[in-house]
Amino acid sequence: MNLTYTKQQQAFRLEVRQWLADNLPEQKLASYDTREGFEQHRVWEGKLFDARLSMVMWPEELGGRGCDLIEWLIFEEEYYAADAPMRVNQNGQLLLGSTLIEFGTDEQKKQFLPPMAASQHMWAQAWSEPNAGSDMAAITSKAIREGDHYVINGQKTWSTRASFADWCFGLFRSDPTSSRHHGLSYLMVPLDAEGVTIRPIKALNGKDAFAEIFFDNVKVPVVNRVGDEGVGWRVAMATAGFERGLLLRSPARFQQTARKLVELYKANQQTADNDPSIRNQVSEYWSAAEAYALSAYNTVGRLNQGDKIGAESSINKIFWSELDLKMHETAMRILGSRAELLDNDAQEAYWLDGFLFAQAGPIYAGSNEIQRNIIAERMLGLPRA
Amino acid sequence: MDFTFTEDELAFREAISRFLMTEAAPEALREIWETDTGRSPELRNKIAEQGLTALSIPEEDGGLGLGDVAWSLMTQELGYYGIPDSLADTAYLAAGVLTARPQTDNLERNQQIKQWLTAIGEGSIRVAVGHPVNPLVADAAVADLLILLDGDDVHAVTRKDIDVVLRPSIDSSRRLAKVSWQPSRDSLLASGEVGKAIQQQILNRGALSAAGQLLGLAQRMLDLSIDYVAQRKQFGRVIGSFQAVKHHLADVASKIEMAKPVLYRAAKEFDDESVDSSVYISQAKIFCAEAAHLAAKNGIQVHGAMGYTWEVDLQMFMKRTWVLESTWGDVSFHKARVNEFVFDANNKIGPGQTFGRT
Ligand SMILES: Cc1cc2nc3c(=O)[nH]c(=O)nc-3n(C[C@H](O)[C@H](O)[C@H](O)COP(=O)(O)OP(=O)(O)OC[C@H]3O[C@@H](n4cnc5c(N)ncnc54)[C@H](O)[C@@H]3O)c2cc1C
Repeated sequence: MNLTYTKQQQAFRLEVRQWLADNLPEQKLASYDTREGFEQHRVWEGKLFDARLSMVMWPEELGGRGCDLIEWLIFEEEYYAADAPMRVNQNGQLLLGSTLIEFGTDEQKKQFLPPMAASQHMWAQAWSEPNAGSDMAAITSKAIREGDHYVINGQKTWSTRASFADWCFGLFRSDPTSSRHHGLSYLMVPLDAEGVTIRPIKALNGKDAFAEIFFDNVKVPVVNRVGDEGVGWRVAMATAGFERGLLLRSPARFQQTARKLVELYKANQQTADNDPSIRNQVSEYWSAAEAYALSAYNTVGRLNQGDKIGAESSINKIFWSELDLKMHETAMRILGSRAELLDNDAQEAYWLDGFLFAQAGPIYAGSNEIQRNIIAERMLGLPRA
Repeated sequence: MDFTFTEDELAFREAISRFLMTEAAPEALREIWETDTGRSPELRNKIAEQGLTALSIPEEDGGLGLGDVAWSLMTQELGYYGIPDSLADTAYLAAGVLTARPQTDNLERNQQIKQWLTAIGEGSIRVAVGHPVNPLVADAAVADLLILLDGDDVHAVTRKDIDVVLRPSIDSSRRLAKVSWQPSRDSLLASGEVGKAIQQQILNRGALSAAGQLLGLAQRMLDLSIDYVAQRKQFGRVIGSFQAVKHHLADVASKIEMAKPVLYRAAKEFDDESVDSSVYISQAKIFCAEAAHLAAKNGIQVHGAMGYTWEVDLQMFMKRTWVLESTWGDVSFHKARVNEFVFDANNKIGPGQTFGRT
């Protein structure tokens, strides 16, 4: 155990800090759940890419800079500490990107990863279907092979920012006689392909935060398949846990929220102290965010030694989603009657936005009930029902 | 930056665990509870043979010279097996105080301290440690030596120079006492600023030791609960297949996993004498206490009425949990220490401030 950073790690931290200080957008970007804001974020991420700070962990030839996981954590710490814009291409970069790095062919990596890192291609994730939410193995959308391409029919839903994205990836049933998690294939589909229809779904904030995707005889070349035919479930699961557990929500995000909550409390201490329990809650959440960071460093250490991530990804998912919710609930209570302000320029809006989004944390990326089942069955060995 | 243990550290823990599994089975613990002293010289000798008593004795005094990080692993095993022995108080707290105490011109005194350290390492003496956060002193009646505080002073007093009144605890493995004694020049170890610093160190070590034991206890209660729900049947199936039961235990497992790295950071930063180590230790005490508390609460729930009996092993570990939660600073005490840190304008908090503040 050695809790000091190397000279190289420290130098990287300072480099990132300086670059952010020099390059952060002067004006707050509009919400990425709007077309305008989405494009503003695309420009920002392009700038990150040019500095090779978009996907720091990817190999240099794919647009990254070959950082290790500790350096990635450092990058994230600096990024959140600087209040830089939230990343808009995470589904692609973290979920599909990591999957391609592990399972993609060399051609696929060359073709898809650099534009993804540059956010020239924005990606939507197309797992869920109307009757396949928590029970994802109930997927019915089909991809039937005809020669050198697949023909896709079916419907996906809840696809985050599919209204604005360029591509989607998801699981489709390539063997029509199969059931459950057999016979599925993992495909990448351009959203401007013929036969694709997108119907935005308004989220709680009134914006088109996600969408339904309809596929009507959509032709996709076979080379757009990740991994072998019929084993899409395994390919998806191999990276899902890793993402859920670590990459998707880096601890810095919650440490920054906790820090801001401390500031919010201090700035409103007189009213906040009307309820003396608030002070303790604020401090407790700061500790919890620290604990999450510690847990991430520990996991990274073990991954560096060759370990695989296990059921702790489910533990992390429950932990960050519940912590995020609690922090925002407390912020709303501190703000009291000012909390409802939707005005995007108001300081309060930061908390309201976050509060609304935090409601979804225990649902997306596998609901927390499902995560508890996974912990009980796979980590504690309790029998399935 | 590497926030993991070495293979040696893990192997040592594993060896201790295997040893305690056979030497400190629940039946053996129950027998020891029944004795007057509540302590077993045989068990203590065997523990000493494993090297545990010499863990933090400096190498020049015949010890292993390991520190807080090693103890953060060992105390978990002491908790897991519910060891009825003030081993950590003697070999971790007291050994730490005696090592930290500055050398003086009094050669005789230095010599004596060296002897005490050697004796602790060999496992031949017990030391009890008093501190104002604990109203009663554990093991005062069976200790050969007591570290006791008076104002800013730290004293080392032998058993014959104190009076004790025993007070029973709900935890049958504990032997608590009210201690009366007279400080004297002969017993003085440290005073003034040095004394204060040592007192703070005693408190931090005590809290860290309790935190590690609580985490071990939490794991034991979880394991006992898993075993139970995997064999108990209702409605024609094992109760471990019911989702409500699963979720009770998944929550305990989650609490334990999130508490571990908090404990480890505290131990390592304490070892490194980081300026914030008191806060980290308080966090560790809170997280470990909460994990153990939930493990007890959900453990008794999934055991049903069996959990409310003397027969079931769970009770041994629940009771330890309840008492350790409030020993060496209860949760409120440690929350106050964390609050003081978080709301102090001079402290940097947030991303990038997790490690190595100096
Ligand atoms: C903001 C947001 C963004 C999203 N983005 C995407 C995206 O980009 N791409 C995508 O594919 N999907 C996305 N999703 C969908 C998300 O993955 C699903 O909502 C989630 O998997 C739950 O499925 P469901 O909504 O159908 O709920 P259901 O499965 O209908 O569940 C409803 C409730 O029942 C509980 N439940 C269901 N089964 C069990 C069980 N076996 N045991 C105990 N409880 C159970 C659930 O936990 C939940 O509380 C998004 C969702 C949200 C909210």
